[in-house]
Amino acid sequence: MTVAESADLEPLLAAAAEEGEVAFDGLRLERADDEYALETSETDRTGLDEAALRDALEPLEAYVSNWRYWQHEIGGDGTARRAFLRWCERAPIADAERIDHRSLDEPTLDVPERYDALADGIDREWGQLCITTRFVDVERPNGERVYDLWHVDDAGSDLADLEVYDDPRDARALATEDEDGRYRPLKTAPTLRSGWAFTGLSGRGLVDAVEFFYPATVANWHRELRDELDVDHWLETAERQSGIYDVIDELPREAVDWMAEACCVDSQCLRRREWQYEEGDELDVDGGDGPFPCREPCSLVVAAARKWTILESEEERTYELELTTTELNQLSALIDAVAEGRTDEIREADVHDGANRYRARYLRAKRFDDEGGIEATEQNSE
Amino acid sequence: MQALVIAAHGSHLNPDASDPTYAHADTVRETGAFDEVREAFWKEEPHFREVIRTLESDEVFVVPLFISEGYFTEQVIPRELRLEDWDPEKWESDGTDASQVTLEATDVGKTIHYCGPVGTHDAMTDVIVQRAESITEDPEVGEGFGLAVVGHGTERNENSAKAVEYHTERIREQDRFDEVKALFMDEEPEVDDVTDFFETDDIVVVPLFIADGYHTQEDIPEDVGLTEDYRLGWNVPAEVEGHRIWYAGAVGTEGLMADVILERAADAGADLGDAIERVRAATAVGTDEVRRETEPGTGAGD
Repeated sequence: MTVAESADLEPLLAAAAEEGEVAFDGLRLERADDEYALETSETDRTGLDEAALRDALEPLEAYVSNWRYWQHEIGGDGTARRAFLRWCERAPIADAERIDHRSLDEPTLDVPERYDALADGIDREWGQLCITTRFVDVERPNGERVYDLWHVDDAGSDLADLEVYDDPRDARALATEDEDGRYRPLKTAPTLRSGWAFTGLSGRGLVDAVEFFYPATVANWHRELRDELDVDHWLETAERQSGIYDVIDELPREAVDWMAEACCVDSQCLRRREWQYEEGDELDVDGGDGPFPCREPCSLVVAAARKWTILESEEERTYELELTTTELNQLSALIDAVAEGRTDEIREADVHDGANRYRARYLRAKRFDDEGGIEATEQNSE
Repeated sequence: MQALVIAAHGSHLNPDASDPTYAHADTVRETGAFDEVREAFWKEEPHFREVIRTLESDEVFVVPLFISEGYFTEQVIPRELRLEDWDPEKWESDGTDASQVTLEATDVGKTIHYCGPVGTHDAMTDVIVQRAESITEDPEVGEGFGLAVVGHGTERNENSAKAVEYHTERIREQDRFDEVKALFMDEEPEVDDVTDFFETDDIVVVPLFIADGYHTQEDIPEDVGLTEDYRLGWNVPAEVEGHRIWYAGAVGTEGLMADVILERAADAGADLGDAIERVRAATAVGTDEVRRETEPGTGAGD
């Protein structure tokens, strides 16, 4: 397709006529006194009449259709949606160029490089999502992009082996339960099930689907890129709570570290924790490596914090209980297996594992009383 | 551009809690009346705290998918949305009159029209009646029938009972059902004794709850005597002490709830075109498409 055949040129000329200058993604077109100046990284022409301009633009068709796609089709100047779609194809993002951000570790591509890459598809990972941006028409690219979305674990799968969707709202149902059919209240838990794909989404459709999988991640990432992320640290969030959660600001300082270690690490949540205990008082626990930030403790953490605040308000006591060394070690193995979520992986006959079900049942039969509690005597503190 | 945010409770434990929110949001989406429609939750994501920043629109209508004015609508939602200058007094309500107030969300600089809850809007009365129609599969239901509107009731929030009584009185004034009564789980008159309050053979029991969960799928069916164990299920209608009880499940799962959401936004100045008429037509009893999406779920609430 040539520039003259495409529908892209007339709107570009009209924009130059109206605004005097169009400058976008390495293309600069200036119009003054019916003469045009044209500049790209490979071109620098001045004094062109319209016929000469059309000729000059002929080898620059990519710049012209790129301009139309972004300015007319995607629009949304300054929005998180636009920035995200630009990131998806490794295009420069306005306002983000001066920021050193982990999601920008790959160099951006200029228009000719991007057009080469879009023919094959450009892949990006967003949590457990893999996004491919590609041309609709690879043989005769007219700038029109579409987006495919699937689970990173399915990157090598044949599309025929996946359930294929095209409505972004289907992402809600896919995100509701994990592989084992358990409800996922935390959307950014690393438990997204695989086996599905969205193909041929529009730009808006892609962002909608991503937002259904990982709500508000695009907006907060975009704020962070512009150095505008508003972080609410633990104490601010805790002090804001009311009703039954009013107590959580009493959670001791060191317990907040334990809480972050329990809930807010990559193995439990893909958001990168940016909140600390309070400004200037950082938690010891690493916040994670994901591209999108967590700007304040989530509702799950707040709900759990209530439990831990009550627990931490209790006085420590000393108990005496009878255990063999192996049984004591078994308690550690049981807690570790539950904390790491590996109870389902322990084989039926693997009696070497302290968290093996038969071993746990034996311990209960031997050491627990009729009410199901462990037999222990509280030592008199005096 | 204008956006709609439907603000609901949600659950950490039970996916059914958010089903009605999604269903009504989709009904509104399909009208095209808003440039953006977003679900937001207290216990799920996007959280109230972060939802406004996901919108491109400068005019945002926030409709709480809650039954009554109280802790969530007066404290939690406005606080979490960072609504500057919020004060419950601005609603000028004595418990059932909240319409809307226009404020600014401080973190995003957008105009927020914060609406009263769906449960106290006059259009909610129609949803309760339609719930009776859909459970009996009779668009004319009324004559020979009693209607029990069931609320939670709680000493902590007197507005909870006010909403139930308000709609009960409005339905009574329609003179459509032989008898209409407000009953409660945690205060008098109690739903356990439902058959004592009606002379009609047929009684439709409509719980004024947003989503199906523990109360509507376990507590009430057992308390009313529809079943000895909720896990065994129950018939609709079920025979209880010589009456036929038509138990409807949470009213919030009725398709017409989308209309109440739109009415709230319209009262706050949203430009909706003919969306309200279209939603009413699409959610009328007998319209299979909408009914399928709003079938009540089961399971324990949070």
